[in-house]
Amino acid sequence: MQLPDAEQLLIELAASLRPDITQNTALVGIHTGGAWLAEWLHQHLKPSLPLGTLDVSFYRDDFAQIGLHPQVRPSNIPFQVEGSHIILIDDVLYTGRTIRAAINELFDYGRPASIRLAALIDRGGRELPIAAQYVGMALELPWDKMLALKKSAWGKMSLSLHDKRRDNE
Amino acid sequence: MSNNPQLNKNGDLEHLLTTEGLPAPILLNILDTAKSFVGVTERDVKKVPLLRGKSIFNLFFEPSTRTRTTFEIAAKRLSADVVNLNISASSQSKGETLLDTVNNLSAMHADMFVVRHSQSGAAHLIARHARPDIHVINAGDGRHAHPTQGLLDVFTIRHYKRDFRNLRVAIVGDILHSRVARSQIHALTTLGVPEVRVIAPKTLLPSKVERLGVHVYHEMRQGLKDVDVLMMLRLQNERMLNARLPSTEEYFKYYGLTQEKLSLARPDAIVLHPGPMNRGVEIDSAVADGRQSVILPQVTFGIAVRMAVMSILAGN
Repeated sequence: MQLPDAEQLLIELAASLRPDITQNTALVGIHTGGAWLAEWLHQHLKPSLPLGTLDVSFYRDDFAQIGLHPQVRPSNIPFQVEGSHIILIDDVLYTGRTIRAAINELFDYGRPASIRLAALIDRGGRELPIAAQYVGMALELPWDKMLALKKSAWGKMSLSLHDKRRDNE
Repeated sequence: MSNNPQLNKNGDLEHLLTTEGLPAPILLNILDTAKSFVGVTERDVKKVPLLRGKSIFNLFFEPSTRTRTTFEIAAKRLSADVVNLNISASSQSKGETLLDTVNNLSAMHADMFVVRHSQSGAAHLIARHARPDIHVINAGDGRHAHPTQGLLDVFTIRHYKRDFRNLRVAIVGDILHSRVARSQIHALTTLGVPEVRVIAPKTLLPSKVERLGVHVYHEMRQGLKDVDVLMMLRLQNERMLNARLPSTEEYFKYYGLTQEKLSLARPDAIVLHPGPMNRGVEIDSAVADGRQSVILPQVTFGIAVRMAVMSILAGN
């Protein structure tokens, strides 16, 4: 299956975000793919607030089924969440469970004025009432496939498709 | 996969009983996870929902305020429910056996036991006989092990020194009675510290301590030369059954860490102590409160390390 060019989609996503970046907008990327995208967007859109990253492992709803994610990275929110307009950034929007976890984690830092969501790919399949305000592309995928963002050693981002393992989003 | 009672059939950590025999990837996973929890403890809301609905029982058969409190804080920051039991004061005085106590608490739907006991091997015994879905953390058993202390010490070392592979580490004091020292030595050697020294009078060293892979010194002047990390141990008066030392004053003269002795180590050396400190016995106040001391950060990191251990165990 022919996958879209991630970097081209990212340029388009940046263009749709640009008009909405204000004094009080903060970009927050979700580990790992979303954090790469957010880093690129932060360099190009230059919002005044510093870049944030979240690892939602401590907020996931599948801890009882699969335990703690083997590689938890520190979350880093270096700005005042209280009153800020946050744009969450993720690579692939699917069930919505990761976004639910990310929203819960953000509220433990403070009460944001608003949270919006930007995703490079929206592959449907939602299990929670969550929608993205900014989408690079909507893409229908077979349920047994997993789509993820990859980053090469020299920093090139691309999408890759592989078989889903059981019990694993 | 192995006959290590701490690991399940997939090789994942099921109980934390000792740092001895744990593979480096498991130790590093605990340290990496703890690093993420340090961030949590610095937020306004110092809590994550990970262990919501789990019951953690602190079973302290030996008095301890500090260790019990740090386990309690760690469990609460993971949203678990915590029950503290000082058993020396209740069942045991009524004659209940250790395993009867444990079976009774299991029937109250415990998910995890944190065990402190004056007998070496108590936590192993409980892990072997408790219901299979219960996880056990050893919070200190006799002279044997105190793995979360050893882990928080290596976490602190990594925080300040970044890498284990070029370090000279000296452990100073009452090695003989110290479960902390044993847990430190196993963690340090597994993580690749090339030179671990122990410095103590002969009467406070176990026989054949060299077998643990350490270099033995009896004098601070030689032992502290060029070390990067000094791990001081508490002089354990309550375990000193027969007089192994002429006096605490004499101990301080030869083995107490003063600024003068510390100057033999590298200028950027750090000083650790598991607490509670005997000022003027194993460490001078000027060092304990000095710029090379990382004793208070150890306490803060200890909570993050215990959160990491609890959440990894509960997930396996």
